[in-house]
Amino acid sequence: MRTDPLFQPVVSEARATRSVSLTFNDQPLTVPAGISVAAALLMSGISRFRATPVSESPRAPYCMMGVCFECLVDIDGVPNRQSCLIEVADNMRIRSQEGARDLICQPMNVRTVEVQS
Amino acid sequence: MSQDRHKVVQSDVIVVGGGLVGAAVAYGLARGGVDTVILDQGDNAFRASRGNFGLVWVQGKGHDLPDYARWTRSSASRWPAFAQAMMADSGVDVQLKQPGGFHMCFSDKELLERQARLQTLQDTLGDYPFEMLDAADLKARLPLIGPAVIGASYTAQDGHVNPLKLLRALHTSAQAKGAQLRSSVEVDRIDCAPGEFRVKAGQRCFVAPRIVLAAGLGNPALAQQVGLYAPVAPNRGQVLISERVRPFLDYPTINVRQTDEGTVQLGDSMEEVGLDDGTSTEVLAAIAKRGVATFPLLRDVRLVRAWGALRVLSPDGLPIYQQSSKYPGAFVVTCHSGVTLAAAHAQRITPWVMGGPRPDELKVFSGDRFLTDKVFSHAH
Repeated sequence: MRTDPLFQPVVSEARATRSVSLTFNDQPLTVPAGISVAAALLMSGISRFRATPVSESPRAPYCMMGVCFECLVDIDGVPNRQSCLIEVADNMRIRSQEGARDLICQPMNVRTVEVQS
Repeated sequence: MSQDRHKVVQSDVIVVGGGLVGAAVAYGLARGGVDTVILDQGDNAFRASRGNFGLVWVQGKGHDLPDYARWTRSSASRWPAFAQAMMADSGVDVQLKQPGGFHMCFSDKELLERQARLQTLQDTLGDYPFEMLDAADLKARLPLIGPAVIGASYTAQDGHVNPLKLLRALHTSAQAKGAQLRSSVEVDRIDCAPGEFRVKAGQRCFVAPRIVLAAGLGNPALAQQVGLYAPVAPNRGQVLISERVRPFLDYPTINVRQTDEGTVQLGDSMEEVGLDDGTSTEVLAAIAKRGVATFPLLRDVRLVRAWGALRVLSPDGLPIYQQSSKYPGAFVVTCHSGVTLAAAHAQRITPWVMGGPRPDELKVFSGDRFLTDKVFSHAH
């Protein structure tokens, strides 16, 4: 099965775009500004975004338009965010979503952010 | 299916309705070796079986009609063996768990009413264990409970299943035992002759000496064609579903439960809005507010789905079970607790349909009880 990213930036546009720096599981990445987190991770070669809650299978984005919920990641301590709907920002700390969110042990000092649609 | 067109399909029993009620009855019949055809409507039907809350719920039911409490308990106690049978016949695990359930109370008045209702049941039925818990007792059992909950009732008889897996398990099990499931069948009319019912559906025709009407909100119109009275009407419930979260709640409650796959299901609304299965912001907001009051850690949970579904309620909220005296062999089976009562429907209704005695509890559930001027109120 093919696992390399299906999404490649148009080179002329990528060059013209400002960059932002963020991390995925503590790995520093530099990506074009203005794109979605999902697109940014895919173009950085990341194919495992999360593990499913029931069988812990690896998952990557599928629909890229907010429907399938396959692209869930933890962003700045807020779990289960749909990375295809969120724009990259400087200093974002992104982590893979490992299984279901734990409501009991919530990270401290994290303000929950509404899903943007 | 195309092979039905322009030909007559014969069977021992026709079950009109492929939801939880019809499929449970058909599964019971098929397990008994009865040649059974299930006629299911299409995707435009109001399918309570696809929108419900999944509780196998006993506590509080039948406080004003002991036979309803007996019937409900007879089903809940049969549920473990019933789930095992479906597992064997279909390979589908419906995720039955019966750890007991909590009914939360938010005021002294609610708590007193709850206690009176359960005490009435215990006085009438004898063996009916229940516990009334104050806030401290409840906190000891459910550490995540919110301060707005001042107490709760608990009975060990309650449980829950995954209702979508249940519907699939029933369809698969019934067919594994030889029942024929026909989808997208719109019944036009039922012709009755002595010992023979002919169901016309477009070009198709289904014939059997016995027929069971389990068509939910379709029952009123069908029942009158076979000499029965089944005045059920829609009652809307709205439901919220959360993102999947790690297990935090081991027990079902009347308004919040966590499913086997981690989502949290919230809902307890009742509305009479006719055939409208939509949602409304104010009702969903009230459901969410009550859910967060029950378990404050739900405050930040992300909601991913909401829907409305239509309960099938008779004027007193209780089931209707009756054989037609005008056309013997025609039965109506309709209720709104299709999950809780599924085991009884599969195991205890079917001998009656095949000519055996009617289960003792069911005498009071004829549809003819509504042929009076009395004004009914829901016992739900």
